[in-house]
Amino acid sequence: MAALTLARLTIREAARRKLLLALAILTLIVIGLTGWGFQHLSTITNPDGSQIPASELRLAVSQVLVLVEFMFSGVLALSAVVVASPAISSEIESGVALSMLARPVSRYQVVLGKWLGLGALIVIYVAATTTLELIVVRATTAYVPPGPVGLALYLSAEGIVIMSLTLLISTRLSGMTAGVISLVLFFLAWIGGIAGAIGQVFGSVGIKNAGTISQLLLPTDALWRGSVYELEPVLYRDVLGATTERAGNPFFVQSPPSVAYLGWAACWVVLIVSLTVWSLHRREV
Amino acid sequence: MTPDGTAAPPSADAAAVRTLELTKHYGASVALSGLTMVVPRGEVFGFLGPNGSGKTTAVKLLLGLSRPTGGEAWVLGRPAGDRQTRSRVGYLPELFRYQGWLSAAEVLGLHCRLAGVARSEWPGQISGALSTVGLTDHADAKVETFSKGMQQRLGLGVALLGNPELVILDEPTSALDPVGRADTRTIIRHLRERGCAVFLNSHLLGEVEQICDRAAVVADGHVLAIGRLDELLGRGGVRLRLTGLTDVGRAALARRGTLAEHDGWFVVDGVDAGAVPDLVADVVASGARVYAVEPVRQTLEERFLSLIEAEQARWQR
Repeated sequence: MAALTLARLTIREAARRKLLLALAILTLIVIGLTGWGFQHLSTITNPDGSQIPASELRLAVSQVLVLVEFMFSGVLALSAVVVASPAISSEIESGVALSMLARPVSRYQVVLGKWLGLGALIVIYVAATTTLELIVVRATTAYVPPGPVGLALYLSAEGIVIMSLTLLISTRLSGMTAGVISLVLFFLAWIGGIAGAIGQVFGSVGIKNAGTISQLLLPTDALWRGSVYELEPVLYRDVLGATTERAGNPFFVQSPPSVAYLGWAACWVVLIVSLTVWSLHRREV
Repeated sequence: MTPDGTAAPPSADAAAVRTLELTKHYGASVALSGLTMVVPRGEVFGFLGPNGSGKTTAVKLLLGLSRPTGGEAWVLGRPAGDRQTRSRVGYLPELFRYQGWLSAAEVLGLHCRLAGVARSEWPGQISGALSTVGLTDHADAKVETFSKGMQQRLGLGVALLGNPELVILDEPTSALDPVGRADTRTIIRHLRERGCAVFLNSHLLGEVEQICDRAAVVADGHVLAIGRLDELLGRGGVRLRLTGLTDVGRAALARRGTLAEHDGWFVVDGVDAGAVPDLVADVVASGARVYAVEPVRQTLEERFLSLIEAEQARWQR
């Protein structure tokens, strides 16, 4: 199938252009540094020299881990946008698309191929970084977050959401413009999510609704919150999280996204990919 | 203007390309207006016109890369853009660019796969294409290291994959040196020998004159003339350098065609090649002395320029 050929081509391009190598080297350096940090964190004591209770240490490790994963999530989103933004537009602008689209290939196969290839790269990156980071954290602090698989799934879904949006914009605008628009929307959605949580704390229906709308329009922040949930110690969620005052903290989540919301996120991706197919189909090259 | 371009219905007939009033507008701008033509299979067809005349637009419409705003087109008996038909069509775009991070052989392999060539045929197709376009020694070199000429050769190789029944070449020699141009002409002749139609988009008239069976001249989106090359170029003539031309001799020349004098030559337009010996015999019999006899034929470039000038004059009126 042509879509699988184009998916393999996308992955091959990332490898040939040394994107995978660069990401692998930088990720290993970051994981090494965070491993060193977690090692020190596990040996710290109170000012009087007494041991820090295990539960508090676990809480500290989980919070630092959330920050580390936040960094990985940011790198993932930026990388997904940078790689996806020229995926279609640059091939049309340069003329590479001309000879390919003249072949017996449907445009939906082109979109599907790019999407599958980029999606596979995202899943590979998330699986590799999450696995390595959690192994290092466990080795240095003995902490294992409650939902490592859920964490990887939420992060992958977040990356796929922003990649899908970028691919859609890339069918109509230049790679540079598509990238900038996607990043602005990504950060708007992040701020929207925080604003919604603050609205919840202070009982402001308007702000809370604005946050909900932003999460419906672009599900990246809500999915990020799902990954935070999977990182938090169960005790922390149950005891400390029982108060709404903490809801405004972008690095604390009281509950995971609902099944209905996850269904919407899946529909959102299908809708965006369908729009991408339609947009490329209507585009004259 | 359209010798056989009447409103025939589409069918699985012999035509490689058939268009009927094919039109493309971009807003108020007319890129192509009412193109009606037939390109039979196995023929090399030249599509001529100045820059911006609508040549590339026509090609994109035939390949389904662009949608017409009017008229219809069929390629190999199927509506233009039909997905399955595209597996029988080779295409070298004017803007030829291929994945720079792939090797030449890998680009050809990719297009074998996209064109639906059976996997068992890939090695033969790839090595055959590389050999035909003279890139065998560069099979494993990255395309990004190629010169523009080499990239255009690669594009020609890509267009030859899968034994197409129609090859569309959009300015195929724009980046080639004289050797590359000669090689391209040889490739086009080989395609014709094996029954493949070639649609050659070009403004290099000498090239078209050497290899095309028929041609169309377009300007500003309109077809100005279409037909066999000898029809387009007219019957030609003959010029003579002679002395002692009497009134009888002059009348003998004028009887065969339109007589004119240029730079000491007597030029007779509209003379068939077969009538030249009799014409010379008549002139000699009239007492004139003949020093030279040369055929005169309007070049495609002269014909092309006269058509374009006539079109411009028509618009100015």
